[in-house]
Amino acid sequence: MSYPANYRYSREHEWIEVNGTIGTVGITDYAQSSLGDIVYVDAPKVGDAVTAGATFGSVESVKAVSDLYSPVTGKVTAVNEELKNAPDKINENAHEAWIIKVEIANPSELDALLDAAAYEAFVSEETGA
Amino acid sequence: MTELKKTPLNAVHRALKAKMVDFGGWDMPVEYPANGGGLIAEHLAVRNTVGLFDVSHMGEIQFRGPGALDAVQAVTMNDAAKLADGQAHYSALLTPNGCFVDDILVHRLGPNDYLFVVNAANIEKDFQWIKSQVGARPGVHVSDYSPYYAQLAVQGPKALDVLGKLTAVDIGALKNYWFTWGEVAGVGNVLIARTGYTGEDGFELYFPSDVPTSEKMWNALLEAGAEFGIRPCGLGARNTLRLEAGMSLYGHEISDAVNVYEAGLARWLKLDKGDFVGRGALAALNGNPARKLIALEMVERGIARDGYSVLNEAGEKVGTVTSGSPAPYLKTNIALALVARDVAAAEGDLFVDCRGNSVRAKRVAIPFYKRAK
Repeated sequence: MSYPANYRYSREHEWIEVNGTIGTVGITDYAQSSLGDIVYVDAPKVGDAVTAGATFGSVESVKAVSDLYSPVTGKVTAVNEELKNAPDKINENAHEAWIIKVEIANPSELDALLDAAAYEAFVSEETGA
Repeated sequence: MTELKKTPLNAVHRALKAKMVDFGGWDMPVEYPANGGGLIAEHLAVRNTVGLFDVSHMGEIQFRGPGALDAVQAVTMNDAAKLADGQAHYSALLTPNGCFVDDILVHRLGPNDYLFVVNAANIEKDFQWIKSQVGARPGVHVSDYSPYYAQLAVQGPKALDVLGKLTAVDIGALKNYWFTWGEVAGVGNVLIARTGYTGEDGFELYFPSDVPTSEKMWNALLEAGAEFGIRPCGLGARNTLRLEAGMSLYGHEISDAVNVYEAGLARWLKLDKGDFVGRGALAALNGNPARKLIALEMVERGIARDGYSVLNEAGEKVGTVTSGSPAPYLKTNIALALVARDVAAAEGDLFVDCRGNSVRAKRVAIPFYKRAK
């Protein structure tokens, strides 16, 4: 699967799509494929604060738990409720199945994230592929 | 970093794009996500139709000679004198204090000939342990033949149909935990056992571990199973299947710090068969261990995982999860946990500390899943 060019990516394997002041956050295709069948998403509530580089929830597959790290600091404005009953949407299309939307407090944090090409290079380095 | 050990089917797994992991020093497939597979699909294939596992990493240790039975009896907890030729049973190698060196299957090949199947990560430890206990006895040779055997497990309600297409042996007549020899897929002298680690009907096949023979057997089984929707299955599904079926896994439910009574495996403990390593300590316990293994089903959102704490209503730690996972067939979140004896004997819900959240769990019976006969 290709990594959308208009997204930014964290080294913890989250993506963020920025529209104005709102960032939509999910996990990357590499992350979902490493985890395998996803059965549970633990997300924050609307209004909760998230901090760049800090955990904001977790995603669990049958065999593993993985923390979610926020790529930016801000306030949660929406949570994808669909994932509560259909967490496997992330396996189906990780770059569509968003987890939270965040009102971005500090846009300069986006500069620390990777673009699609840099993220792909980072992943292939990590996997040795 | 030492080189990972490989089964003769390593190239086959890679060609199938399996996700490979280091499992106790072995480069093994954990799941096969290609072609609509993956852990859940593999698990359900075994429950509903049939799955194929490469378990060639398992070890095989043979006892031979007129002193073989005495030696087997001295290092195992079950009563091997009860076995007939062609019969196998579940057993264990115990420490002097009644805990587990390993859990094993014992096959009686002949009156002076026994084959142990042991866990991959324990092969060397088990072999050294056995030699230290009975190696000097007259009339028995103990040999580690692990590298010479490949092992495949065909498991599921259609396992009999699949294997039946590849052999003239009347495998339908084999009872559970019995075995025979015969030609399978053109390979002669295969040890065919009606055993498994999934809670389903099925067979485990032992044959020479060269790559051409192993690939021939694997491909023949996949081809024969195609009409039934057979799936290659990895260690991920093997673990969730055994957990649903309430079976112990070394390093989780059982270890050198857990005794037979705590693990709830006294059904296979025969204190009256004569002396063996671990017998004295277990006899002294009189069936009253300090802890007991119990089964939990989560009733609130949250998944128990290995090592999580089990809490009482007051939030005090009363035990530890030994294996916890979503159960793909039962569609619940289940766990086995080792808890204090009084807690095991009591009633009422318990809680599992899932990463800081106290999640309510109810007690259920072991096994979680039992196939319809």
